[in-house]
Order: sequence, then C-alpha cells, then structure tokens
Amino acid sequence: MRTRSAFDREIQELEDDLLLMGSMVEKQIERSMAALKALDRAAARRVIEEDSSIDHLRFQIEERAIHLIATQQPTASDLRAIIAALNMIVDMERMGDHAEGIAKIVLMHEDQPLLKPLIDLPRMAAIGSGMLRRALDAYVKRDAEAARDVCRQDDEIDALYDQVYRELLTYMLSDPRTIDRATWLLWVAHNLERIADRATNVAERVVFLVTGHMEEINVDRR
Amino acid sequence: MQTAAQPQVAPVAAPSVSPSPDSGGRLGIGVRHLSAWYGPHQALRDITLDIPDRQVTAIIGPSGCGKSTLIRCLNRMHEVTPGARTQGQVLLEGHDVFAPSVDPVALRRLVGMVFQRPNPFPTMSVFDNVVAGLRLVAQRNRNLDELAERSLRRAALWDEVRDKLRSAGTALSGGQQQRLCIARALAVDPKVLLMDEPCSALDPIATLRIEELIRVLREEIPIVIVTHNMQQAARVSDRTAFMLAGEERVGELIEVGDTAEMFTNPSDKRTEDYITGRFG
Repeated sequence: MRTRSAFDREIQELEDDLLLMGSMVEKQIERSMAALKALDRAAARRVIEEDSSIDHLRFQIEERAIHLIATQQPTASDLRAIIAALNMIVDMERMGDHAEGIAKIVLMHEDQPLLKPLIDLPRMAAIGSGMLRRALDAYVKRDAEAARDVCRQDDEIDALYDQVYRELLTYMLSDPRTIDRATWLLWVAHNLERIADRATNVAERVVFLVTGHMEEINVDRR
Repeated sequence: MQTAAQPQVAPVAAPSVSPSPDSGGRLGIGVRHLSAWYGPHQALRDITLDIPDRQVTAIIGPSGCGKSTLIRCLNRMHEVTPGARTQGQVLLEGHDVFAPSVDPVALRRLVGMVFQRPNPFPTMSVFDNVVAGLRLVAQRNRNLDELAERSLRRAALWDEVRDKLRSAGTALSGGQQQRLCIARALAVDPKVLLMDEPCSALDPIATLRIEELIRVLREEIPIVIVTHNMQQAARVSDRTAFMLAGEERVGELIEVGDTAEMFTNPSDKRTEDYITGRFG
C-alpha cells in the first residue's frame, strides 16, 4: 500500500524538472562549443539567451523543494533527495553560466579567426557534459558507485587543462600578437574545467543521496 | 528469569550491571532482553535498549508495536494488568527493578510517569495535586509550600498558577493540567521521567510548551517519551528507538540511534518506510 502517493508524485515531478534542467545544461555546453568552433555569432547569441530559461527553471525547482519541505516534512531518503536537488541545481546553474561564458568569448572574436584549430577544448567539453549526463544517470538509478566514477574522471579534465594551458603559452611566447586570442581560448579552457568540477559536485550529491554520507571524492589539488 | 507478577520465594540480591558502552555517557535505564506478555499473548520480544542519563529517548512505531507496554515495564506498571508478566531485566542505577527486594510503589516514585490524557486528581486543588506524592511518602518535616513552588517552576507552570494554587486542578487548561501532572511527577524527585503520548490530547501551542519543558528537564534527568508524532520525536529527542510488531504481533525493537541520524539516514529499511510515511 502506498500511503503517500501525492507526495511521491510531487517528488517525481521535482526529479523530472531536475533532469530537464540537466539536459538543458548539457545542450548549452555542446552548443557553445559548436558556436566557438564555427565562430557562429548567431548561435552564440542563442546560447546566451537560453541561459535565462535555465535560471528560471532553477528557481522553479527551488520553489518546489521549499514547498515540499514546508508542507510534507520529508525525512530520510525523501529529505536527502530534496536537499541533494537543492544543491545540484546550484551547480548546474553555474555550469550553464560557464557555457554562456564560452558563447560570450565567441562574440569577443568579432572578425578575427580562431588562433588555432580546436582539438583539446572540444574533448574537454565532451568529457564535461558526459560527466553531467552520467551523474544524472547515477541519480536516476540511485547508483553511488557510478557517481564515484564520474568524480574520478575529473582528473582527465585537469590533465587536458594543463596541456591546453602550456600549448597556448607557447603561442603567446612566440608571437605576442596572439596574446588576446590565446587568452580567450584559455578562458574557454577555464570555463570547461569549472564545468567538470561542478559535474563532480553533482555526482557527490548523488553519493550523499544514496549513502546518506557526504564524501569529497576527488579533491581539486590545484 | 524474572516473572514480576508472580510472588518470589526467596529474596535474591539485585544484580549490579555496568552500563553498556553503546550509550555513550552514563546509563539512565538499561533494558536487557525484556519480553512481556498479556496472558497468553506476547507483547514484547527480547528488547535490549539503553536509556542514557540526561537525554531524551523517543520510542516511535505504529499502533500495537508495544511502545506503551515497554515504558510501562520500566516502572512495573505493566504487571498491574491482570495476567501480565515479564521476563528479562530493567536496570535502574545498575539494579534490576524486578528484583524481589524492590517495592513497586517506591520504584514508581523513582520512575515518574505522565500519561496521554492529563489526569490531575479531580477533587484536589492545584497545590494538593503537586504535593500528593510527597504526602504519600510522608516526608513530614519538609516544607510543602517550598517544594510545590519548586516543582511548579520546574514544570514551567508556576507563573500561570501562583495565584490559583487553591483552585481545582481540573479548572486549568489541558496544557496546564498536563504540566501540573509533570509537576506532580517531579515533586517526588524521580530518577527517570516516562511520558506516554504526553501531547496527543493537547493543541499545537500547548504541545510546543511541553516540548520546551522536555528540553529543559533533560538537563536534569533522563526522559523516555512514547509518541505517534514523528516530528515531535525529531524535535525533542536525542535518541530514537523504532519498534514494530513482527510475527504474531509481538513488538520488537528494530533500530535505535541518534535522532538526527534516524531521521536523515536510518539503517533499516523498515525504519525508513515508517518515518517517510510509506509504511505497510
């Protein structure tokens, strides 16, 4: 016998919204990188506009969560699901902001071409959005081990970030006229590194939801 | 084995047992392998539970899980029911309360109890209600006025009744009557205070006042509260014990732990189902 079907439905709706927000953020990361590769200013502007709907959804989820806490007195795994959601939306909103940041860098290029063909940056983006997707899968499946795996992948991002940094430095050293465009790409790399870091936070919240314990799984050594 | 409702033949020295390590601090009451019956029906099976000193222990669980039977064993109220008996130990200050040398009436003074419905003595004034227990234990030389005031202050009732000490106890509001019953229980300086659904007949404000009072009293004595209201258990208790009627409707202790942990991350699935309201 289910004694709290209305409450269960509301929690389900909260989770559906959370997953919707996650997929919106994933798309924003992919679209911002596509816009950068093509230096497509119109696409970049769409990414910037779309960010406000992510922000809007975030507040909608927050209101839903507050309503549930105020009216249903959630406990145990229900309480953890709601608290985890409240934390995850903050991280995902910031991920969206980083995607928007990449779109803004597209606009900064104006008429100038990219400094170099992009290789490592798209890889970082693919890993970062993949981490978010897998963290949300782990959330749906309540799979703490899968969530821990996501956190471990953050090391790959950090290694790529170092590599990009060193490569762009050589451009700047050999030709100071490239400093502007190299710096912009460095900002892109920084945004992507932050995105992966936030995906790690989302995955840590999944571990908390499943186990009831906070774990900092992959401490940023920088 | 102790069968409390049956007369013992020879007095046996009450065993002294040291507190078990899981309770943290000092032990208020130790329940050891306690089982209880009403006639042929077993109501409790093999309960072992530490009630730490100066903490509030909440006992939660669905109706019929044996919560009330358990606390009624702690002051030997259970055996008052015809046909009722127990097996196992309840240790108060290291001594088994079922030992034949223990006088149940004296025990009930040490282990005070507050019930679901406020039950002031109907024909007595506020004052007489508070000192009723003191008069029973015949402490003639003690200053009853002073003790009554002290008890009423401890029960956070003094300011409301100081001018109506001679009025009937039953003329007070429900919440005041319940605090009067708490004052009456405190007057005889109990070692432990048991509360069986103390707020279920009270409105929300009166309930919060009792809860405040529980938080204050826990500084002095251990309190055991049986409640159906899980939010109340979460608000007032330090430790929570979850009971459930298992096979043949016999009450068992499923899980006991720090209240915060029990309400955020219980270890037993049955506890989780019950406290999240998905029981059954």
